[in-house]
Amino acid sequence: MNNLFNWEPDRSKYPTVKDNGELDVDLSSHKFTKLWVGPNHPGITGNMAVEITISGDEIVQAKTHVGYLHRGFEKLIERRLFIQGFPTCIRMCVAEPDYNEYILSKSIEDLSGIEIPEMAEWLRTLALEMARLQSLLRTVPGQGGTFSLGLGVQWGMYLRDLISDRFEELTGARIYHMYILPGGVRGLLPDGFKARMEENLKLIDQFVINIKKLMFDNVIFKKRAIGVGVIKKEWVDQFGIVGPNARAVGISRDIRKDYPYLKYQELDFEPPIAKNGDIFARSTVRYQELIQTVDLIRQIMAKMPEKGDIKSPTPNVLHWKIAKGETYIRSESSRGEYGMYYVTDGSDKPRRINLRGPSYNHAMSLLEHMLINANISDVHAIMVSLQTCPPEIER
Amino acid sequence: MGKIKDILSPFTAWGNVVKEPVTIKKPIGREAAPRYRGFHKNDIDTCIGCGTCEVICENEAIDLVPVDGIETKDGDSGLRPMIDYGRCCWCALCVDVCTTGSLTLSNEYTWVSEDPDEFRFIPGVDKKSWDDNEKGWKKPEPNYEFYGKKRVEMPELHAEDRDKSFIEFVTGYSKQQAEEEADRCVECGICTATCPAHMGIPEYIKAIRNDDLEEGLRILYETNPLPEICGRICTHKCEDVCSVGHNGDPISIRWLKRYIADQNPSEKYKEILNAENIENNGKKVAIIGSGPSGLSAAYYLALTGYECTIFEKLPEAGGMMRYGIPEYRLPYDQIDKDINYILSLGVDIKYNVNIGTDITLDKLKKDYDAVFAGTGLHLGRSTRIPGSDHENVYFATDLLREISLGNEIHVSEKIVVIGGGNVAMDITRSLARLQNNKFGKVNVTATSLESEDIMPADREEVVEAREEKAIIDPGWGPTSIEIENGKIKGLHVQKCLSVFDESGRFNPKFDESNTKFFEADMIVESIGQGMDVEYISEEIREQIEFDQRGRIQVNDYFQTGAKWLFIGGDIIQGPDVIHGIANGHKAAIGIDKFINQNG
Repeated sequence: MNNLFNWEPDRSKYPTVKDNGELDVDLSSHKFTKLWVGPNHPGITGNMAVEITISGDEIVQAKTHVGYLHRGFEKLIERRLFIQGFPTCIRMCVAEPDYNEYILSKSIEDLSGIEIPEMAEWLRTLALEMARLQSLLRTVPGQGGTFSLGLGVQWGMYLRDLISDRFEELTGARIYHMYILPGGVRGLLPDGFKARMEENLKLIDQFVINIKKLMFDNVIFKKRAIGVGVIKKEWVDQFGIVGPNARAVGISRDIRKDYPYLKYQELDFEPPIAKNGDIFARSTVRYQELIQTVDLIRQIMAKMPEKGDIKSPTPNVLHWKIAKGETYIRSESSRGEYGMYYVTDGSDKPRRINLRGPSYNHAMSLLEHMLINANISDVHAIMVSLQTCPPEIER
Repeated sequence: MGKIKDILSPFTAWGNVVKEPVTIKKPIGREAAPRYRGFHKNDIDTCIGCGTCEVICENEAIDLVPVDGIETKDGDSGLRPMIDYGRCCWCALCVDVCTTGSLTLSNEYTWVSEDPDEFRFIPGVDKKSWDDNEKGWKKPEPNYEFYGKKRVEMPELHAEDRDKSFIEFVTGYSKQQAEEEADRCVECGICTATCPAHMGIPEYIKAIRNDDLEEGLRILYETNPLPEICGRICTHKCEDVCSVGHNGDPISIRWLKRYIADQNPSEKYKEILNAENIENNGKKVAIIGSGPSGLSAAYYLALTGYECTIFEKLPEAGGMMRYGIPEYRLPYDQIDKDINYILSLGVDIKYNVNIGTDITLDKLKKDYDAVFAGTGLHLGRSTRIPGSDHENVYFATDLLREISLGNEIHVSEKIVVIGGGNVAMDITRSLARLQNNKFGKVNVTATSLESEDIMPADREEVVEAREEKAIIDPGWGPTSIEIENGKIKGLHVQKCLSVFDESGRFNPKFDESNTKFFEADMIVESIGQGMDVEYISEEIREQIEFDQRGRIQVNDYFQTGAKWLFIGGDIIQGPDVIHGIANGHKAAIGIDKFINQNG
């Protein structure tokens, strides 16, 4: 009986290792099967595919494929005026448009030496934290979703919609906010915003309690998440792992703390960390971050001034030229370091922009590594636990 | 124990069964936030079709298209934005950049139509269900601008530093100031359409931004051979219609033009303008009058190889620019800079030649292939009120001419100027300076029929005249000049209620019970000028068409009924310098056509 439940496949015989060190994966041997997970698959976030070779139900080889939504965002931005870049850049990670807006605007401001008003800094901080909250409300219960625990996802989506409502009244849009632009932001808080936000935050406080009972104190979730998809500590530097994925192996790495920007220095918070580096650890870190983000939004709303200028004067946006220069601007998105390398050459368009999204490291090289020896049913769980956002891989 | 908790705990979710669902029952019809970026609206009466929305749109979703019922006119391109919802991403940059504030978004976001063509529409013209929706995205506030709204102040001498001298008091932009001002331009080109000479204004402003002032000069000379002059005293109709002026100060187009001309040294003009080798075509054109129209015609004819001779009645060239505009606004050396360049192209001027008496027009007809006459309006008009024939009642144009000639004019302690145009302000401010030098104080009053808000003079002229302690008291119609013992005592006026009647004709109405008396011992009339075309003989006159009011009729190329005679400048259009320049340019094209194609 005990053997039945603790049965482990005997992988000592295959795949055999060839003399040159490569695995001998011969499909005609009938010991291996190729399987595509994605690009259209409910378990894959966004459009990408993982090509796996399985032996039994265990993965022997994995390869990530992207290119299903390549629109050439960087090139599109390089061929447009500085101001025209920001409606395009947000599409580089649809789930959290504000980080795109922020790094692009900040790059332009940095290169042209523009300081933004204090009010705009607070509003930017608020928008970025709201984006994190919106993202975590989807991701935290989403991890349960990969194990068929759909209920938490429903709860999270409802609350995420409420935050979308707040975004709608602050920025004029629910998804593509287009709120942060070079020089500042596009509006003050509407009347009564803080009260409505507080109502939503109270609901999220309750959600945090409920989701713990539903997901984290759940024997099935624990069984499937603990010890699965482990990131080893030495991989963090090897693969350039950032954000919650790094914090879940005990490495405190957070741009908000390491390279403070906007108003984060004036906020009181300590990024949560965990030790084990498995799916459960990453979920726990994100869960703690969700609680912390709610607290941060409360802090921001309490500390921000009531009124002030929202935008600094900029050169005429229709023929704004920026002198030769280059900069790298980073911010801490909910997935980790989100940066932009921006080069200008004195013309009215950027010479080169390059987005450094965490998904590139996480979903391309790291995921291929982590999937080896994993069970086929854990592919989505591992991928989602890395919080992949495919558009930023192939921007 | 922990494991049992982990088995039971998820079942607490069943508690939701007894709770109210949070689902919205009717999701369609939910109103969006007041700031929502929904469908486009455009107030087409406010919109001027400047096209900045079209330029900023990163998706090229906006096209400016002609609309039935909207005519192209000064300050309005006659076009309106058409939006393609197959391309739009609702970023609302078009709203934020809109110069007039006419373009907004409603907060409506659902719309169903089976006709795909309907998704490409002209907001405000093609009726939509959201046209009356007041909510939605508008340009954010406060201090949210995509381009500078405030103009860079032109450095000037203070009133106390300038009110005794005829030295130029506007000092000109520095490089930094000019570039900052040039940055505000949105390159809509509304100005170009309105400028009588259709100068390439956005292009030369762009040249300033690029710090390519030689290119700037080339653009100026394409349409205007008198940039130093126009850069100082142009009536800048371009600035009146500037789209940036709708929600801020218009671009200082005139000062930017002056900046380009000032920065280019005259010795380099020929090289910059590529005018070093002009081939003579052997044809000769006579030009009567060296005012803006004559000089402009001479310049463009000379460029094409014509041999031009200008006949000037006065001892120096420039016409009204030299003899009608005071030196503090337009210094003589700057007039010379422009004129000398034109002369350097081989244009000849014969000074002190009076056509009609020294040489007849018929002689010119025989000796030259064509004749252009731009003799201007030099005859002063009188109010013809009782007492206006007194010897101490002068015409402004006569006095200004005498000042420019360097002759001493009669200046008394108390002067009244009748008139509210730029000439009236010129003589008022000139007399104020002379009074200051002679008596150490200013006592000159300018009065006009027109009330303050419709005074034809440039606003800055009125303001600056007041800074120089002249009194401007508009809204009065002169009735008589009181003369006692042969000396002027002053001017009687009555309140003017309106200047024009309902159909827009000059028909002043007065309140006879409301009168006023301006003390004065000298009066200057500046109510307009007339032309003197005595030099045109009866025989030629018969070939020329005149309208009922005695005005000469010309075709599009300023050609009269006598095919060889072209007339332009203040006589035909204006009066101002830029119309003269435009006329001269057009006439030069006409003369070229006439001579080469016998047209």
